[in-house]
Order: sequence, then C-alpha cells, then structure tokens
Amino acid sequence: MILLCLALLSAIGFMTIGARGNWGFILEFRGTKLLALLLVAYAVSVSTVLFQTVTNNRILTPSIMGIDALYVLLQTVLIFAFGAQAISALDPQIKFLIEAGCLTVFALILYRFLFFGVFRDVHLLLLSGLFFGLLFRSVSGLLQRIIDPNDFVILQDSLFASFNSVDKSLLGVSVAVIVLVSVIGVKIFSRFDVMLLGRDSAISLGVNHTRNAVFILALASVLVAVSTALVGPVTFFGLLVANLAYIVLPGAKHKHVLPAAILIAFICLSSGQLVLERLFDFNTALAILIEFAGGLFFIGLILRRGVR
Amino acid sequence: MIHVRNATKSYDGDLVVDDVTLSLKRSGVTSIIGPNGAGKSTLLSMIARLINMDGGEITIDGLNIATTDGLELAKRLAVLRQDNHITARLTVRDLVAFGRYPHSKGRPNENDLEHVNRALAYLGLTDLSGRFLDQLSGGQRQRAFVAMTLCQDTDYMMFDEPLNNLDIHHAVSMMKLFRQAARDFGKTVVVVIHDINFASCYSDHIIAMKDGKVAEQGSPDQIIDASILSDIYNTPFQVQNINGQMIATYYGA
Repeated sequence: MILLCLALLSAIGFMTIGARGNWGFILEFRGTKLLALLLVAYAVSVSTVLFQTVTNNRILTPSIMGIDALYVLLQTVLIFAFGAQAISALDPQIKFLIEAGCLTVFALILYRFLFFGVFRDVHLLLLSGLFFGLLFRSVSGLLQRIIDPNDFVILQDSLFASFNSVDKSLLGVSVAVIVLVSVIGVKIFSRFDVMLLGRDSAISLGVNHTRNAVFILALASVLVAVSTALVGPVTFFGLLVANLAYIVLPGAKHKHVLPAAILIAFICLSSGQLVLERLFDFNTALAILIEFAGGLFFIGLILRRGVR
Repeated sequence: MIHVRNATKSYDGDLVVDDVTLSLKRSGVTSIIGPNGAGKSTLLSMIARLINMDGGEITIDGLNIATTDGLELAKRLAVLRQDNHITARLTVRDLVAFGRYPHSKGRPNENDLEHVNRALAYLGLTDLSGRFLDQLSGGQRQRAFVAMTLCQDTDYMMFDEPLNNLDIHHAVSMMKLFRQAARDFGKTVVVVIHDINFASCYSDHIIAMKDGKVAEQGSPDQIIDASILSDIYNTPFQVQNINGQMIATYYGA
C-alpha cells in the first residue's frame, strides 16, 4: 500500500516538476516516457523474480543466461552486415519484433536442449548460460573492432540503456506482449510458489517441475526481450528491485512479491529519471546511476551471505 | 500396494539399483536399511518419481507413475528427501500449508487450514509456526518439513533419513508418529533409515539392500539377525532380545 502511494507520488512528480509551457505537449511527452518506464519496470522486475524462483538463487538474473549479451550481438551483427544506414531505415516495429523473437527463441532452444536432454541440472544450465554469454560478448567485441568506425558510434549509442530515446512506436507492441504474458502468468501464481520449494518438493506436491521451469523461463525471456529492446540492457536493475521486494515483504507469495517488485522498480526508475532530468540536467544516463546503485547492492548481498 | 518391477538405474555405467522387484503392502511402516551406496535412496526416489528409471515399471495402486498425472499421484504419495534447502524466506506455517497444494491448488479452505494446524500440533511446532525457517535449528526445520509431508495427507509417505538432525527425544517421537499414522489411519510409511535399532523397534517390515539389490526382506524378527546383518554390512553383529525388542550391537570386541 505504501509502495503504491510512493509510486503514484513519484509518477506525479515526474509529470509535473519543472514543467513549463504547453500542458498538452508536456503531458504527452512525459506520459510516453512514463509509460516506457512502467513497461520496463514491469518487464525487468517480473522476469528477474521468476528467474530467481526457478533457479532457487537470489543473486542470479537473466543476464547470466546470456540474454542481454545476445541482444548486443544481435545489434552488432545487424549493423555489421547491413550498415548503420540500412538499419536506421528499417521499420522500428519490425526490428523490435525480430529482436524480441530472436531472444526468446534462443532462450527456449537453450532451455529445451538442456532440460529435455541428458542433463536436468539447473547448475549446468546456468553454466552454459554463462558460457553463451561470454561467447556472445566475445563475438560482438570482435565484430565491433573490425566494424566501420561511423557505424560503431551509432552502435554504441544504441547499446547504452537510455530512457530518453525510447521509441514511441514500440510501446504499443510492448504493452500487448506484457498483457499477454501477465494473463498467462496470473493463472499459475500458486504454481510459482510451489516451485520455490525446489524440484523434489515441487514434484512431491504434484507440480511438473521440468515443464513449469521451462515455461517460466520462457515467460521471463519474453519479458527480458521486451525491456532490452525498449531501452537496452539494464538487467542489473532486476537484481536490485527483486531483492528489495524480498526484504520489504519477507516470506510473501508471488502474488504479493511480484507487484511489490514492479512498484519498487517503477519508483526507482521514475524518481531516478526525475532526479536525472531536473538535478543533473540530462548530464548522465539513468543506466549509469542504476548500475552504480545495483553494483553496491550486489556487493552488499554477497558480503551478507558470506557472513552467514 | 506399490509394485516395483525390474527397476534399474545406473550412473555413468555403475549400476546403483540393479533389477529390483518388490511389493510394498498397504499400511504399516517399512524401513529400508543397508550400507552406504546400496541404492536405498535411489530406489526410494524412483518410487517417488524424483528420479527417472533406466528400466522397469513402478505402479502405485495400479497407477503407473511414469504416465499418471503428477497432481493425481501427489494425492496418493508424498515424499521428503534429505537436504531440503529453500532460498525463499518462509514461515513454518507457510511451509506446512504447501502440503495442501495438491488438494487446494493454492486456495486453501477451512478443511485445509485444519489439516495444517493438526500437522503443526503433531510435530510440536504450534509455538514456532510464525517463525521463519532460517530462524530454526536443524531438527526443528526437519520437523517442519515432515509436517508439510504429513499435511499432504496421502496414503503413502516416503522419507529419506527423516531422523537426521533429530535428538533422541524427537527421533523417538517421530518414529512413534509414523507407527501411529500407520496403525490408526492405515497409512503406508516407507523410511530409509541408518539406525538399525530404530528400524527394528518401529517397523512392520524391513527391506535390507546391498549392492543395488534387495538382499533380504521380512519382519524385524527375521531381518534383525546376527548372521544376516553381518553379511549385509560386512561387520560382525550381535543381536540381543531386550524386553522383547531385538537390539543389534556392532561395536566389535
């Protein structure tokens, strides 16, 4: 409840503080940004919480599965193969759908291959995710070194998460995807909770662990695809909000944790963007602030674990 | 009835469970004993469908575990393994309430709550029900998991070394609880157990395993026998009848 109020407050703050001139324009301009923030907050927090539920680990995020690394590779390959100009000319909606599709398909192939193959081990899955992430990063690094310098500048620009340059035309598609994912997800909230108990207990309670794990990971990767395509890789952020949500609501079920994580994410993003725009005069990128806070938090988490 | 036919499992070419065929009767406490690596836990896990078989067939009340719906089986058979690690912070009550999932699908009703309270009371956890699992001792946590399994209210309950972490008082009361569940409610309890004397005093049936095979099975009077046990464990045993209880000692002279 408190979170909801805070979220509304930060939204109103974002919409009004420092507003001068034509209200119609401001509302539309900032409203679009706010919607984008909300979508990203939703996608990042839900995907991280679900991912952590399946892997039974609170330090992992989808980025460890190499999903955002694949996004970077995808961008690099596109620009490398067709040149920056051809890519800029491409309809952003089509580009978005292709990217989101690629990420999801990749994730599903990885999961299916591992879960239905000889190995049924989450650790192995994560290890291969790590491996693929490294592979994607290395290949992108190589391509970026031999790419046309002009193209490289454009590429680099598109790789840093930016909430200022959200493409309006993508919002519609994202909303549709997110609503679809949510409708599916809400039906099986209680199954998510059971998954938290780990594989053995889940099976004992009659939940098909393998099938649900694949399904949940698929949902998570669709969401990662949405947020990454909208604003670039910000997966560290998920770690931050997911763990804050666990702290705020200890021992809570998914139907409470998920909304809490979304609200926290939204508060962080909208107030962060507000501070950024009004205090720093757009002098820095929100992603940098988030990575800074997220990094500190991550170190804190690891240290606290070590003490226990 | 649980029927196991030609169950086989190997890890990297090592046969862990070697062509085991056995039947477990309805109601009663069955203990599975045997040395390390005899395949006890693997057999239990296969019956509880936690591990896939390499070959063979297992049926529970005529339902093939490989083809029957998971939720349907979860209403008949519950299992608890060792080392239950949960990263989420859960209270004891929340954990125990999960046992009702196969019946409630996440929407517990009055009846479910009653089951939860009864299971908490059975294991002496009522006072601790609001505590988080990470605030409990190993033994208390173990009891909480057993309470969850009881709460599932299935005809068959399987436990892999349920006495781990328990002091003598709680170990005895847990075995008594199993026996009571078997006698009063006709439950079938299967435990993998290391302490032979607990198996001797509280089971109706003992299965002794060695090298992936069932070496011997029968009533405690038949199995708790110096020559049989010496054979299974490769250690000299002595068995005494103390007030009608067969007690094995193996602290070699």
